[in-house]
Amino acid sequence: MRSVAIRFGQMLLVLWAVATLLFFLFRLMPGDPTAAYIDTTFTAEQQEALKKQFGLDRSLPEQYALYFGNVLRGEFGTSFRSKRPVFEMIFEVLPNTLALTALSITIAYIFGVLVGAWLAWKRGSIAEAVGIPIVLTLRAAPEFWLGMVLLAIFAFGLGWFPSGGANSAGADYGSTLARMTSADFLHHLILPSMTLALYLQGLPLLLMRSNMLDVLQEDYVMMARMKGLPEWRILLMHAARNALLPVVTAFALGLGASVGGNVVVETVFSWPGLGRVLVDAVASSDYPLAQGAFMFIALILIVMNFVADLLYSVLDPRVAHG
Amino acid sequence: MVEVAAQPPVLSRKRKLPSLMRALRLPEKDPLALIGVTIYVVFLLVALFADFLAKDPLEILFLDDGNLAANLGPSLEFPLGTTNLGRDIFSQLVIGTRSAFMVGLTAALAVVALGTLVGLVSGYFGGLVDAALMRLADIALGIPFLPFVIVLAAFLGPQTQNVVIAITVLLWPNTARVIRSQVLTLRERGFVEAARVAGSSDWRIIRVHIAPNILPLSLLYGSIAIGWAILTEASVSFLGFGPSGSVSWGGMLQDAYASQALSRGSYNWFIPPGLCIVLVVVAGFFISRGYEEVLFPKLKD
Repeated sequence: MRSVAIRFGQMLLVLWAVATLLFFLFRLMPGDPTAAYIDTTFTAEQQEALKKQFGLDRSLPEQYALYFGNVLRGEFGTSFRSKRPVFEMIFEVLPNTLALTALSITIAYIFGVLVGAWLAWKRGSIAEAVGIPIVLTLRAAPEFWLGMVLLAIFAFGLGWFPSGGANSAGADYGSTLARMTSADFLHHLILPSMTLALYLQGLPLLLMRSNMLDVLQEDYVMMARMKGLPEWRILLMHAARNALLPVVTAFALGLGASVGGNVVVETVFSWPGLGRVLVDAVASSDYPLAQGAFMFIALILIVMNFVADLLYSVLDPRVAHG
Repeated sequence: MVEVAAQPPVLSRKRKLPSLMRALRLPEKDPLALIGVTIYVVFLLVALFADFLAKDPLEILFLDDGNLAANLGPSLEFPLGTTNLGRDIFSQLVIGTRSAFMVGLTAALAVVALGTLVGLVSGYFGGLVDAALMRLADIALGIPFLPFVIVLAAFLGPQTQNVVIAITVLLWPNTARVIRSQVLTLRERGFVEAARVAGSSDWRIIRVHIAPNILPLSLLYGSIAIGWAILTEASVSFLGFGPSGSVSWGGMLQDAYASQALSRGSYNWFIPPGLCIVLVVVAGFFISRGYEEVLFPKLKD
């Protein structure tokens, strides 16, 4: 329990540090610091109200205190371009990003674990000699380029899938849930999630393989062999269970990192998600929106790092007591 | 790092590559590591002799009949065809090798230098210094990588060095953590103890007794970092925050994407730059696997 409290404290420390970094980062940008929240196209009253809300007429320490108060209340200001609250805009696209990330990482990890275990079993065979370089090559490919190739072949060449977006234009759904469970949404989801899955599968695959190789040399596997158990049973019931532990941790880490890493894939497929919002906001100097989107991506990453840490000690008690 | 230029010239051509691998402390018999080193050598030669291989990559070309030489397929004159603005794709590809190596090598060098230094200090001295440095590593790992690079490149200006700085600031902790744990075990070994008893200073022990033992580990992380840096720079360029005016593989892909090369099916435009990135990055992975076999030989049997 004590170690959990320490880890939680460390997580809060990291969150605080990243939020502070963001505060200073967004005062680095070109021009007047008030430019972070106030655009010249706002009316005089709007400008006054925003200045007050974010304390832009006060000293830096006061601004810093106010900034934290605002961040804790989820108050990120108003987008320059759309004039809408940043919080609302982020929550609108968050489900799209989560759907894309969850689907692609699940496919990647199921595939990676199965093929990784199989390749460990086939140690020294042709399958290994061919498989490992292929996996490494896929991992070396830039995500956005994989996406471009898939787009050119399957969307523009064969016409099987739409070339971008999350829904067909003009379609109207009653709720977010209805929209995200529609066949149209799934049709749009396939190419981007395949791209991400192709990129993500390398890590679980290689991790599973090397864990399996380690585990297969343990005494209890030898014991199972001596008992005369069938090979598949040793593989699944004895070896794979333990080899999976680090993969579970990697899954949590990967989920957190992928939300931020989606940036390029979302851009290639014009997927209306958090990453694309960030890119568009930075490109158009929409500072409040960029800051809010960055904060959210960081929050997800840091919380998932913490979850991975916890999972690791829960699944492998040796870590907690070592 | 991959100091390819340092190879002794007296050796016969056939033996050059294995001796290069020995110099890098790589296993000569590892086919993947050999392929990796070969890819690096070839691309490095292309980067060095780019001026002889390529024409001006940004020159707008015209056909004999006076029309713009736009969207041409591969031909003898233009081995990979031309862009929609009539620029030679092959020349862009060749010149792009330079910026890839510039970013890859400088960023990898910076990441490994900083990571190794922090790992050495943290592991050797321990205590408060160690705790402070490791918390700093936690913080760096809590910053979303690509978003941070984008924001920094957008705010500080889209120069290559800003991308390199952003990569360095975020990637050092991985190297530092591994080096640190290695130093922790080395510190307790007999030869270090003996040096301490003999009156060697801390810095001398680090320099003479510990640093040489972690060199392969640094090279391992360096060979991976080259790939990450090139991938990151390509992503940043693709998103439109890359250095303007210079030709890079990521920039070529952005150009192709924005100019509807995908819907036109101009595979000759967007396949080659991506393949080059894949080759250079995978070469780093292959080499790093070679180091793993040197460092952790138990996986070999």
